[in-house]
Amino acid sequence: MWSLRTRNLLLAPTIVVLLSVGLLPLLFAINVSLRNYQLTKPSLGFGWNNFANYSQVLTDPYFWESLSRTFVFLILTVPLQSILGLSIALLLFRKDWGLLRSVARVALVIPLATTPAVVGLIGRLTFDSEFGLANWVLYLFGTEKVAFLGDPRFALVAIALMDTWQWTPFFALVFLASLTSVPEEAIEAAKLETDRRWDMFRFVELPYLIPGLTAALILRTADAMKLFDVIFVMTRGGPGSATELISIYTQRIGFRVFDLGVASAMAILSLVLTILLARLYIRLLYRDSV
Amino acid sequence: MVKIERNAGWPRSRLRVNLWQLLAGLGLILTILGLVFPFFWMVLTSLKSRADVLAFPPVWVFEPSLDNYREALSRVDVVSSLLNSLFVATTSTFLALLVGTPAAYALARWEWRAKRELMFWIISHRFMSPIALALPYFLIARTLGVLDNPWFLVAIYLTFNLPIVVWIVMDQFRIIPRELDEAALVDGATPFGVFVRVALPLALPGVVVSGILSFIFSWNELLYALLLTRDTARTAPVAATAFMSGYDLPWGEIMATGTLIVLPVIVFALFVSRHLVRGLTLGAIK
Repeated sequence: MWSLRTRNLLLAPTIVVLLSVGLLPLLFAINVSLRNYQLTKPSLGFGWNNFANYSQVLTDPYFWESLSRTFVFLILTVPLQSILGLSIALLLFRKDWGLLRSVARVALVIPLATTPAVVGLIGRLTFDSEFGLANWVLYLFGTEKVAFLGDPRFALVAIALMDTWQWTPFFALVFLASLTSVPEEAIEAAKLETDRRWDMFRFVELPYLIPGLTAALILRTADAMKLFDVIFVMTRGGPGSATELISIYTQRIGFRVFDLGVASAMAILSLVLTILLARLYIRLLYRDSV
Repeated sequence: MVKIERNAGWPRSRLRVNLWQLLAGLGLILTILGLVFPFFWMVLTSLKSRADVLAFPPVWVFEPSLDNYREALSRVDVVSSLLNSLFVATTSTFLALLVGTPAAYALARWEWRAKRELMFWIISHRFMSPIALALPYFLIARTLGVLDNPWFLVAIYLTFNLPIVVWIVMDQFRIIPRELDEAALVDGATPFGVFVRVALPLALPGVVVSGILSFIFSWNELLYALLLTRDTARTAPVAATAFMSGYDLPWGEIMATGTLIVLPVIVFALFVSRHLVRGLTLGAIK
């Protein structure tokens, strides 16, 4: 039963599939990233070009802008989402309000499951310049209408708010799982020492929240590098390039300019960044649990 | 000193506790409103007439009608895109389970030196940026002539469905005592028989959870579907974005379509809500 042959037979299909739909295309992309590959100019040929694509990307100010915009986006979203998520988790961890708590627990699933493209549609509707709800709120405060998605100052914030709606529940669930993992004895022991909620949080619960927070931070950073759907639907990267994060920019170079060589180089570079993140993630979280 | 003060302040502190409780209740209500509202607004808009949608300030009370749904469902592209999504998500999930559960079993039952590396390699697909793979997929599909072919989407969705299945089902196999497998073996079962008849039924909860999560991720996927399909294989999220061109958008219809797309996955997600975190983090947080 426990022979190597059986093991290999069980593993083979997964490995073959992941090699062919994962690794093979990746090698293909690396190959393309090292060549001239402009679909609109086949006359240039598809020859090797001595890392010209990479040097073009690394000296391209738009690439660095889109990368730094990705980090601005992270700064806009991650602290907000973790604070909101933590507050929700602490509310859900209380023992009172049983019915409200179960309703909230169920409601957490709704944003997470909503198709990101549809989140984008809701965002378009909410931030519409004429009849959107965001403008209604401004109207209630007696302020003039704003074209949120057409204004470079607000477009990224609008997208960040939709992202916050979708992903705050993720932080809440992660924190809730961490809070549940605090051993009962630790809480009992601490109760003998203090009856202040803050002390309990700071000295007993917080240490248990750190691993979950780290995991969520790394995953969300990787997600920001991939973020596409909501932006594509809400602004397509505009106005100008105000919301053009890295994956939107890569997509534009690849599928609208059709310079697949440069786009692949860009994709490979952002992939290297995410792989470093993945390594970090695994190192921090699976150190001895596997 | 402190004690005396505490005792003296007893009624006040009791009041304070109630205040906190009240605030918590308020916080929970706000949380629920915040979580549900955008979804609710989509559904509300989908039931409005064209004039009501464009009204400013927004109309909250109106006569609801299902016209937008009728309109959306009479459009061939919306219906076919929903059917395509159903086909792609179901097939890819089924294949991921078929291929992934044996691997999960192997990873749970055997020990060897390179096992960790293999597991990390599998999980690393969770981090893969789709845009990095979309370019080569596009070129490959063009060469093979499978652009706009749903089977191609089925295959590439395995890149994220397989890691989910392997990871979650592996965790499930781990908690089943291996003595059960060995007992069946002594009774004369073949290794394959042990896996299918003994281990797999016990791992069913994990199989179901990972299957539902795979379905949700496949159903919601936009980037690959957008770049690799045209008309015949177009999935629902792509159809939703297709509305968004030109001026004077039919918002009622758009929101009706959005509701039709989102409703099935939300229902599914509610089934697995307890396992959602594990699915999203691939087991890092239990």
